Amino acid sequence: MAQIELDGINRSFQLGDSEVHALRDVSLRIEAGEYVAVMGPSGSGKSTLLNLLGLLDRPNAGHYRLEGRDVTTLSADEQAAVRSARIGFVFQSFHLVPRLTAAENVALPLMLAGIPAHERSTRVARALHDFGLEARAHHRPDELSGGQRQRVAIARATIMRPAMLLADEPTGNLDRATGQEVTALLEELNAAGMTLIVVTHDPTMGERARRRVLMEDGAIRQDLRRGVEPA
Amino acid sequence: MSPADTLRFASRAALGYPLRSALMVLAMSIGVAAVVMLTALGDGARRYVVEEFSALGANLLIVLPGRTETGGVNPGSFVSSTPRDLTNDDAAALLRLPLVRRVAPLTVGNSEISVGGRLREVLVVGTSADYLDIRGFKVASGQFLPREDFGRATAVAVIGETIRAELFGNQNAIGRMIRLGDRRLRVIGIMGPAGRGLGMNSDELVLVPVATAQAMFNTNALFRIMVETRGREALAPAQRQLEELLRARREGELDFTVITQDAVLGTFDRILGALTLGVAGIAAISLAVAGILVMNVMLVAVTQRTGEIGLLKALGASARAIRLAFLAEAGLLSLAGALAGFALGHAGAWLIRLLFPALPAWPPDWAVAAAVGTALTTGLLFGVMPARRAAALDPVQALMKR
Ligand SMILES: Nc1ncnc2c1ncn2[C@@H]1O[C@H](COP(=O)(O)OP(=O)(O)OP(=O)(O)O)[C@@H](O)[C@H]1O
Ligand SMILES: [Mg+2]
Repeated sequence: MAQIELDGINRSFQLGDSEVHALRDVSLRIEAGEYVAVMGPSGSGKSTLLNLLGLLDRPNAGHYRLEGRDVTTLSADEQAAVRSARIGFVFQSFHLVPRLTAAENVALPLMLAGIPAHERSTRVARALHDFGLEARAHHRPDELSGGQRQRVAIARATIMRPAMLLADEPTGNLDRATGQEVTALLEELNAAGMTLIVVTHDPTMGERARRRVLMEDGAIRQDLRRGVEPA
Repeated sequence: MSPADTLRFASRAALGYPLRSALMVLAMSIGVAAVVMLTALGDGARRYVVEEFSALGANLLIVLPGRTETGGVNPGSFVSSTPRDLTNDDAAALLRLPLVRRVAPLTVGNSEISVGGRLREVLVVGTSADYLDIRGFKVASGQFLPREDFGRATAVAVIGETIRAELFGNQNAIGRMIRLGDRRLRVIGIMGPAGRGLGMNSDELVLVPVATAQAMFNTNALFRIMVETRGREALAPAQRQLEELLRARREGELDFTVITQDAVLGTFDRILGALTLGVAGIAAISLAVAGILVMNVMLVAVTQRTGEIGLLKALGASARAIRLAFLAEAGLLSLAGALAGFALGHAGAWLIRLLFPALPAWPPDWAVAAAVGTALTTGLLFGVMPARRAAALDPVQALMKR
């Protein structure tokens, strides 16, 4: 049993009279601990796929089994609980809450999960230490550099020790050097066992992934594993 | 999310947008302050009138000429066209009733008073010796009007403190002659200060025997007869006896009105109580306006923080947690507004008391409780819709908005 099993997923959007097929009959299996880069031209459905994987969106047709459990039929609050416990998100635009400090941003998932304050602070302190952000703990996002912001966001995404990390163009707003730092950080987390799924336009980042899913017009065009020739 | 975390998160959010929050607190506080202040004013007026009437002394019946009864047609109203006057003889007859302790006939008019070229307009009250005790006035020096037959026009006067100060300054006034209208009267007493009631300030009165006043104003009629009964229980039977007696004295016609202090007081109490309530209602409209503002501000907050809401959802927040966070924010802001308005309203009431010391402008407890309660309810009620909207946002759409 794969960690993620997508079968015949369709997702379309109604735009006025016309229907946009963002995903057409997508089937995909991802094992726990995999490192997958999702690539493809703009509008090919990468973000839509990632949102579906993260239970932020529902397919119009098809089945999504996460760790053996059909999650497409769960209620909104049940899905929220799965997101809280199993899924971490990293966004291109960081999505930090501007009025909260780095430490408070990192603590958000713990707070939402109802973990008591004293336990939160030790876990947050450890996470900030691990990501080299100790000195920035009490800075607000507007006082941080782009790389630091994304590191705070990654610390936040992983503080609940999720099974998988979904990153939508995590280096899209960063310069090359900082982007590579962030990529290395994500790869470290993957090396420690977390499933990593990254949407990226950057071919060099794509090259580093052990598996590349190439999308085109809402469908998976190629599914390349390193060392395995395309079919 | 624990309740403490929800409150902390909500208060951080409120503080994160100081202008918006301050505006909302201001609107709410103005609403609450308006209720507190206006009810203080209304209730102050009510208490003022009640005290004013209470200053008349207890167990009082007041007889007025003419029938001014409301509530249907009575036989008398067909018979008499012009009511008979109340006279000194009527007053004297009332004094003979067993349940009556004191009687003061009253004739009132304006006249000029002069002493050695100093001249001013005064209110002249023609009455009798009992008036002092009925009204609870005090004589500061000299004596009050002599106890004598109501028909005797003795040439004496008792003057108020302000009149004395204006006419005599530092000189002794007792025993001096004054000119009041076309009469020369001897000053026999000075009224004590601050005797007040029914809009008459004893400081500015000139009191003379009732017959003297009648001669001066060229009338036999009385303006009122004030009757004090022997005890509170005697009030009702005395009123009956009094009506019988007066009716007998005027060929069976009931062309006069007897009012009790209680009845007057009760009426004023009701009218002014209703007024206070009405004013509170009007002020409460400003609370409703504040409530609508709360809703608007919270809706703006939801729009402003759409990205944040999407993020919270991505991080695993349930719809309930988001709803509660926004509701808590509206509640906290309303609470702050209510407290600020409470303080503001009390400050306003204090200012009113400072400017009008006669008016006991204290906001009634019920009004304060109602204002603060309404503010909180309004805030929460009008906060529900924005909170629901926030909770219902689609996370993908919300995250895309930045
Ligand atoms: N909410 C929506 N309403 C309507 N159409 C949408 C919506 N979301 C996505 N689409 C459409 O679905 C298609 C796939 O969009 P998606 O965002 O997944 O593309 P993408 O591969 O992530 O592109 P990019 O590389 O530019 O981020 C596009 O044609 C897009 O216009
Ligand atoms: Mg995209």
